[in-house]
Amino acid sequence: MKAKIIITPKKAVLDPQGKTVQNALAHMGYPGIGPVRVGKYLEIELTGTDKAAAQSAIDDACHKILSNPVIEDYRFELE
Amino acid sequence: MNFAVLQFPGSNCDQDVVHVLRNVLGHSARLLWHKEDSIGNADAIIIPGGFSYGDYLRTGAIARFSPVMGAVQTVARDGGLVLGICNGFQILCEAGLLPGALIRNRSLQFRCEQVFLSTVTQNSPFTSQIPQGKLLRIPIAHGEGCYFADQETLARLKENNQILWRYVDAQGQATESANPNGSLENIAGICNAARNVAGLMPHPERASEAVLGCAEGLLVFESLIHALKTRPASEPAPAPREGREVEVIAA
Repeated sequence: MKAKIIITPKKAVLDPQGKTVQNALAHMGYPGIGPVRVGKYLEIELTGTDKAAAQSAIDDACHKILSNPVIEDYRFELE
Repeated sequence: MNFAVLQFPGSNCDQDVVHVLRNVLGHSARLLWHKEDSIGNADAIIIPGGFSYGDYLRTGAIARFSPVMGAVQTVARDGGLVLGICNGFQILCEAGLLPGALIRNRSLQFRCEQVFLSTVTQNSPFTSQIPQGKLLRIPIAHGEGCYFADQETLARLKENNQILWRYVDAQGQATESANPNGSLENIAGICNAARNVAGLMPHPERASEAVLGCAEGLLVFESLIHALKTRPASEPAPAPREGREVEVIAA
């Protein structure tokens, strides 16, 4: 099993990296570029087979360490 | 006084803090490796600057789960004094001992320069000896020092007088151009609601000797020492459990 986790800055948090990427894309001439948010993507290999247990453990890990709930949101899927 | 200066893999201001406490101020200070689970007989804890765990994941995110941080949580809960400087501030926020978070500088640049700080309140163990109205000239050196908190937290910080320092210009004004990293309301340092845990991004230990160009950072450490000397006698002394001593190189 594999967990695929996406962590993004919260909407209220300034994302200067996203802003810079947005400006760069616009300068390069790509049309219709709106706000960009830069986050993180993690893949975690899981050795167990119990999907419910993995769901709960990954959610806990995302909340405790993989993201900081003060500044980031997260979502993940197991496959 | 006995200070414990924490040392994580990647800490790099630990020796400077020990030098100031020992050789400039004449107190006892020892380095405490992050794998220790007790602070021994220390009267106060300093979490120094650096790049603990290479800033992987987020600044302070991994250090915050080191065994020694369990001891720090206990000390903080029991009213002991804890000061985090730069990466130490980031670690304390990640640990939930201070509200808010420190994110990437708005400029995306690593800023290494002198700043002016105004002290917002003398009502804390970290600021009591800073003369009212005196601006402190202290260096910063960070890439992730932009203080962020949601509106509710920010309102609470102000209501409880928890903002200790702000970035200001030479005239003492908290202007946008005096803000080196985009911190909300020019916040450079805060304390918790109980006022025994504080963090700041600037480095007082790098401005604690005239030979370095400025000794105004000493006022922060002197405030801490004053607080320890004048603390109520009824406060129980920390349990005398010895942590492992780490030798200081060239101190």
